Amino acid sequence: MDRLLFGDNQFFGVNHMSEEKARAQAMRFRETGAVIEVLDAALDEGIRTFMCTTHDRIGEICGHLRANPARYKGYVLYPCMPYAHKYNNAVAELGMLGALNRFVPAGGILQGGMALMTKDIERVMRLLIDAEMKMFEGLHAPVIFLQNVVVDFLMGLRFREAFRVFAAHVKERYGAEPGFITMNLPRLLDSLDEVGLENPIVCANINKIAFRMCGGREEYERAIATRRFRPIAMSVFASGALPAREALEYVCGQKAIRSIVFGASSRAHIRQTRQLVQELDA
Amino acid sequence: MLKIGIVGVGKMGLSHLSIVNTHPDVRVVGLCDAAGYVLDVLSKHTGLAAFGDYRALVERAKPEALIVATPTRTHAEIVRYALERGLHVFVEKPFCLSVEEGRSLVALAARAKVVNQVGYHCRFVGAFQEAKRLLRNGAIGELHNYRVEAYGPVVLQPKGSTWRSSKSEGGGCLYDYASHAANLATHLFGMPAGVGGSAVHSVFSKGVDDEVYATLYHANGLTGQLCINWADETHRKMSLRVEAWGRNGKLNADRQECQVYVRGQGWNVRYTTELTGPVRYYVRGEEFSAQMDYFIDCIESRRPDNVNSFAAALEADLVLDMIERDAALGPRTTVAREVEASKGSIREALARWISGKPALQRAP
Repeated sequence: MDRLLFGDNQFFGVNHMSEEKARAQAMRFRETGAVIEVLDAALDEGIRTFMCTTHDRIGEICGHLRANPARYKGYVLYPCMPYAHKYNNAVAELGMLGALNRFVPAGGILQGGMALMTKDIERVMRLLIDAEMKMFEGLHAPVIFLQNVVVDFLMGLRFREAFRVFAAHVKERYGAEPGFITMNLPRLLDSLDEVGLENPIVCANINKIAFRMCGGREEYERAIATRRFRPIAMSVFASGALPAREALEYVCGQKAIRSIVFGASSRAHIRQTRQLVQELDA
Repeated sequence: MLKIGIVGVGKMGLSHLSIVNTHPDVRVVGLCDAAGYVLDVLSKHTGLAAFGDYRALVERAKPEALIVATPTRTHAEIVRYALERGLHVFVEKPFCLSVEEGRSLVALAARAKVVNQVGYHCRFVGAFQEAKRLLRNGAIGELHNYRVEAYGPVVLQPKGSTWRSSKSEGGGCLYDYASHAANLATHLFGMPAGVGGSAVHSVFSKGVDDEVYATLYHANGLTGQLCINWADETHRKMSLRVEAWGRNGKLNADRQECQVYVRGQGWNVRYTTELTGPVRYYVRGEEFSAQMDYFIDCIESRRPDNVNSFAAALEADLVLDMIERDAALGPRTTVAREVEASKGSIREALARWISGKPALQRAP
């Protein structure tokens, strides 16, 4: 895993600080070309891993990557599935089963219908993963993440087997490593231990003000320092609540943190983050 | 250990289950749903006991508290059953479809002396709590007008196949979405004395409304507008926003931030990152966890404040009821007199415009 990973919230109108900012970003990145411009700027700054939600529009970006293999040689994608609002809205509209019916892939209607009918939820999960992965065909995606809303929801239900099913399918079918995003890091490490997933890749909010770090800052710091897993820090700037240097000093000060995922909309910001991290790591 | 049962494991019930199931003082003793499919899958993979009927859940699993997250039409019956057996009750919003039912349940809950809470999670959003604090302290002076807006992408096409698209089940934007705005309005600004200028429209839906607009009139002269549209795809998820104007300034609040303008001092902004307290377990927003843990804390520590009580939620139901009745009177306007006088094309144009509705009426 690279030290710096590029995130995608800024492209899809996700901003935890301001709805106005979120809307302005949604307008700015209306055209996929505008997204690609920023990805290119990041690439030119040496950031070649894009950690992205399986949002429909990522499909267009994948098309662009496939169409320009020379430019994107060595480019790495870390898909994060699912894009939860797609499911959430479908459940409100169609109900639980209706939503599953919509998203279980068309190619496997018989297979999917059968899995649904027999309540074979593991098989349904595998089909849903395949549906989400379709857009990444032919691209290099060595780590595949399960989004925090799903991870934390399943952990809440104590449906830990789902983590094992996800990990196994991602390994077998895509030759990728499973990754887990969470807002409850210490607890998730216990859950992953219980299903025997060793040295897992776990992405969590890690920031100085403990924004969305359930369990608290001390427990996070202890877990990062003492437990065997590969931490990726996200939300390191706590949605802009922390100045860049102060934010990165906190994260870079914890040597066990492997990678930092961050979002930015301009080359200047990307460069600033890269330079700061290089300086603090040195 | 507090024994909790959950009735209704749809979108909200599942979310509540995930949160309470991690609480160290709680044991979920049973789930109930009319849809056997989800229930079967859930109980198979979580080991939780499943019941097809809420009475069976209450009688056999003997919960001390019940979380009710069923279609709104069924709230009254299930809540009554639980209250009569002395159970603490958390019920999803809106409270009841009928205000008479609501009133009777408020009284019953008081007699039963149990914790009673409705799932208006916005009350647990840091920025709205800050707005309440500022308004209570008179930060922007005497209020003269406010606006509460809620927009989101729930219905973007004519067909819907859940109870949310059925009026008799309590579906529609008025009950499902406008209830949040009505609850925030009554919480922040008090109970209005009346409602006017209500427009309740369908945009895409066949059987239910998709947008709601109304003016609320308060006895002290304060006015407010509710603007709600759940067929607005420019939002990723529900976006709720409050604006208030006072003689000494202005306040804006949404889930992310609380902005206040005080005359002579200018703007002051506080963001969710500083306004949001930590929660024990996060699934999909601090407010969902906070309201559940608050419910449990109320039961355990017998705290008397009871945020989002049935009585508080009944106020939102009353506002919705007023809007519904006002809108049912059809479009009315005080300029109708002038329009009538002209007798010309304007009137005909207006009549065409509201075709299918009762003819333009004089304001009383």
